[in-house]
Amino acid sequence: MAMAEPIVEAVDLNKSFDANHVLRGVSFVLAKGETLVVMGGSGTGKTVLLRLVAGLIPPDAGRVRVFGRSIERLSEEELLPLRRRMGYVFQGAALFDSLSVRENVAYPLREHTSLEEAEIEERVIRNLSVVGLSSDVLDLLPSELSGGMRKRVGIARALSVEPEMLLFDEPTAGLDPTNSKLVADLMLDLRGGVCDTAMVVTHDVELARTVADRVAVLIEGRFAALGPVERVLSGDDPAVRAFLAGAAR
Amino acid sequence: MEAYLRRTAIWYGGVGLLTGQVARSLALPPKYFRLVIHEIEVMGVQSLGVALTAAIFTGMVFTIQSAVNMARFGAEMYVGPLTALAILRELGPVLTAILVGGKVASGITAELGSMKVTEQIDALRTLGVNYIKRLVVPRVLAALIVFPLLTVLADAIGILGGMAIMSLERGADMYAYWNITTYWVVPKDFVTGIGKSVFFGAIVTLIGCYNGLSTEGGTEGLGRATTATVVHVTMGVIVCDFFITKLFLTLFY
Repeated sequence: MAMAEPIVEAVDLNKSFDANHVLRGVSFVLAKGETLVVMGGSGTGKTVLLRLVAGLIPPDAGRVRVFGRSIERLSEEELLPLRRRMGYVFQGAALFDSLSVRENVAYPLREHTSLEEAEIEERVIRNLSVVGLSSDVLDLLPSELSGGMRKRVGIARALSVEPEMLLFDEPTAGLDPTNSKLVADLMLDLRGGVCDTAMVVTHDVELARTVADRVAVLIEGRFAALGPVERVLSGDDPAVRAFLAGAAR
Repeated sequence: MEAYLRRTAIWYGGVGLLTGQVARSLALPPKYFRLVIHEIEVMGVQSLGVALTAAIFTGMVFTIQSAVNMARFGAEMYVGPLTALAILRELGPVLTAILVGGKVASGITAELGSMKVTEQIDALRTLGVNYIKRLVVPRVLAALIVFPLLTVLADAIGILGGMAIMSLERGADMYAYWNITTYWVVPKDFVTGIGKSVFFGAIVTLIGCYNGLSTEGGTEGLGRATTATVVHVTMGVIVCDFFITKLFLTLFY
């Protein structure tokens, strides 16, 4: 079977912060229609990898191609059209705290489209319903939402750009088991039509089992394993086993 | 010492780069002009009280000190032009920039710094928004309008305050005071002061924005950045004033 069109291709990515060499040669391909979950302990560089893919930081060495375009040397201005094709869900949701839920979800629409107010309102309500929220929350401020609701509003805002790829940074971190399951189910639902390609960084093994096609385990700046979810999670690589044993505790 | 020099070089380089980015991003989409209007209100209207209170008291103090001391040399009649020149060329633009600038720039640093530490700036970037155009350029454009306007008002209030105190305290004839002031003061004195305030507006907002955008270290870092902004703005205005004065004297005197 021919491989689907690659959305992200990373080759030998390296990134340091002062003396801390976080990524030491990470390579992977994310194909269209695939969900790649990158696992690893805290501080192993998972979020750094996601930020490299979004072009929020440049790599020190290596190449990243996103939607067929090398992004490592692009200026901020040149990156903007590419970023409009992806949705980024932040660990802490990163909602605009002075804007209501309505204004947060409508933000990309107001910035990039000339839609009428009525259509913006309709799309906001539709995106909120996709993430399981009713229009009762429209006028609430982010500070009035629970952690799980904030996360879902963050996903709704990311969906507003109608992304071809979603990037999730620790989507279940800080959530109780019920909300974690809600978010995991939502991510599965999104694959059903709204956006079928995703890269997820997490240390949540259950989430990986639920949403991943392939899993990579990032240990000491390199992928210690990369492959289909069951093969990696039940493999016999000692470093991966040690990580999973720790994560399972 | 090496670390200090490194930090200083990074700061100056960062402000320089931000200035370049702002210069390249000055063409705003029409919908951003409401942001400029909003910033004019925040910077201008809400700073009016501070700027004018400082101006009237500075005008009165400068005038009365000058009157008392110049009387010793028999030169009290020149207090009017001396005060007006000092206010128009230096005190008006510099005091307005330091007082309003400290207030405005620390507010900008706090707002942008808070957005930075809560990843809201990265959120804007991931939504495909040019954050320099959205967050920095409207503030700089507003400052380029607000600072000269506030300086004009501060100049007027400072000079009138001086005139009033001369009349009340020293029994000066207001008509003669005004006549000798307008005889010695020329439009260039006023215009160069206003020209300075345009530079100061840009310097102040760029410092506030850079310190906010480069905030690191959570809420503690935010506190440090805001404090640093007040110091940087004050020093920046005082040091730049010298160089702008030299430049203007060379070009226009």
